[in-house]
Amino acid sequence: MRRSSLPAPARAGIGLLGLLALLAAAAPVLAPFDPAEQLDAAESSRRPPLSSLVVVRTLDREPVLAERVTVNGNDLVLERRSGSLRIPLGSVTNYREDGIAERRRNWLGSDALGRDILSRLLHGSRVSLTIGLLAACLALTAGTLVGSCAAVGGRFVDQALMRTVDGLLCFPHLALVLLLAALYEPDTTLLVLLIGGTGWMGLARLVRAELLRLKQERFALAAAAAGRSPAGVLFRHLLPNATTPLLVDVSLRVGASILVESALSFLGLGVQPPQPSWGSMIADGQSHLTTAWWIAAFPGLMIAAAVLGSSLLADGLSDRLAGLGAGGRGPRRRSPWAIRTWLGEA
Amino acid sequence: MIRFVLRRLLAAAVLFLIVLTLAFAVVALAPGDPMAPADPRIPPEQAERLRALYGLDQPLPVQYLRWLGAVALHWDWGQSYRTGQPVAELLFDALPPTLLLAGAALLAQYLLGIGLGLIAACRPNSRLDLSVRVASLVVYALPTFWVGLMAVLVVAVGLGLAPAGGMTSAAAFELGPAAAALDVLAHLWLPALVLGLSMAGDIARYTRSSLIEFLATESGRAARARGLSETRILLVHGLAHAAPRLLQLASVSAPLLLSGAVVAEVVFAWPGLGTATLLAIQSRDIPVVLAATAYGAALVIAASLVADLLLTRLDPRLRAE
Repeated sequence: MRRSSLPAPARAGIGLLGLLALLAAAAPVLAPFDPAEQLDAAESSRRPPLSSLVVVRTLDREPVLAERVTVNGNDLVLERRSGSLRIPLGSVTNYREDGIAERRRNWLGSDALGRDILSRLLHGSRVSLTIGLLAACLALTAGTLVGSCAAVGGRFVDQALMRTVDGLLCFPHLALVLLLAALYEPDTTLLVLLIGGTGWMGLARLVRAELLRLKQERFALAAAAAGRSPAGVLFRHLLPNATTPLLVDVSLRVGASILVESALSFLGLGVQPPQPSWGSMIADGQSHLTTAWWIAAFPGLMIAAAVLGSSLLADGLSDRLAGLGAGGRGPRRRSPWAIRTWLGEA
Repeated sequence: MIRFVLRRLLAAAVLFLIVLTLAFAVVALAPGDPMAPADPRIPPEQAERLRALYGLDQPLPVQYLRWLGAVALHWDWGQSYRTGQPVAELLFDALPPTLLLAGAALLAQYLLGIGLGLIAACRPNSRLDLSVRVASLVVYALPTFWVGLMAVLVVAVGLGLAPAGGMTSAAAFELGPAAAALDVLAHLWLPALVLGLSMAGDIARYTRSSLIEFLATESGRAARARGLSETRILLVHGLAHAAPRLLQLASVSAPLLLSGAVVAEVVFAWPGLGTATLLAIQSRDIPVVLAATAYGAALVIAASLVADLLLTRLDPRLRAE
């Protein structure tokens, strides 16, 4: 596949996902603060975006924050929410002639415990993206395995596997996921297993249908006639030709997994504190919605960006797929508008 | 037809039984003992007595059969560990609000989706079409609970167009039936819209592609050739062509709608099944969690059953399968 032949939405999707992945990878470098750091929480909690506070370091205690500092005689007067606080100038370690230069700036505001939202967003993206990607990979592996077995395993295996998949598809997953997340201590591994383990059925159906169609193509028949084993035909000829439709579905699955993870974390059944995740950050903001909208608002935009990226990528890829179909590889199979048939099982 | 319906009903019942068994197995095999004394000063005999009271001292198969028997014969889901109230009673109160919310959301998503799909299909590849297409992607990408919170912030708190949560006003019991219904409606429209929004994008895409596909078929060209108005072609003939696929989407989206309802209920403090389930999960109230799981499963199974039956009425060819 030539890179330049990708349609614009797919490139936009790749760009968006790539940017997010880059931010996640570089989070420890990019994040201005430790995501769990609560510095003088009484003063720093629920600060609006772009605000900054003066950091006053003293000899004998934890750093103290203040909106403004002035010098009055031998004392440094800190203007704080709770009123003014006087600290002897002699015990302040970072005081220079012209005041204190050190400021703690919360670009996207701070949450109820005074933690920096931007730092938490960056660190949270690692958790959310990892779970989304791994769950999609798990679904891809399971789906390809089951779908291939059904397609090449003969009538009985096919029937048994596909009836199981049909049953699982109308199984209400949310109920099961909620139940499991409630009974077991949720951690990243369990979340990946849960989200991936309930998301592979659509892929299995797709793989089977693709392989059954490809099996009738001349190149596959020729390979079989030339004496290649069924497994050889499968791995050498069938699966490589089914990559694009698979990529479309996996790309959508990444987005869907991120949505499921965020919903679980929002309900308190996903990623557990102190580890930040986008969903749990929104849950943190729920009770401060009217006084500090920024706590809940920004993580939602991050989720939307990640899911939009994966949808755009899938959309673009499936456009390309439709184009390929018209170009002589048989009839057009999937309209770009109809790519999300299976999403209902998310 | 009757044989077909019976077969579908039987399949649904078997699926429900499998769900029940699986849910029971998951709960039974989970680590942790719900009857373990929370305080070391509570004597172990007390825990033993509680275990005997709830039948937890029996071997698992006996527990399973007893539980299933009580459910099948008396619709008895046991007692809540937390309140001692019968679980069936507890969930009986929670079911109607959830059905109301999900039903209203279903209506909202179809009205919105079909409307937008029609607009987009009128002029394929126009700027309007492109914006509907992009909007449907964006709307899908926004998490329901976040949209709900922002709607509460902007629409309810900021603009004061709706109450911020709950299903009724505090003084609702004083109202007459008509005023009470209006009161519920005032509480309902925002959560229903928020919940319907995420699927509306998909429905718009389906409607659009179905309509465009229809215009290219022979019957579509024939409708044009007969000189029917563009509105009539799209609204009457086009939507009739799209109906089976849209209905299929309803059956596929039922689990999604229900899971969305759980988070929407939490955001809007809607007193439904989702809120009850979450409360039970947080307090490890196993009988309620089990029953709520089963109720959710039953709703999804029932929804796809109804959609399936409607679908076969629309398209009798499917019955042969």
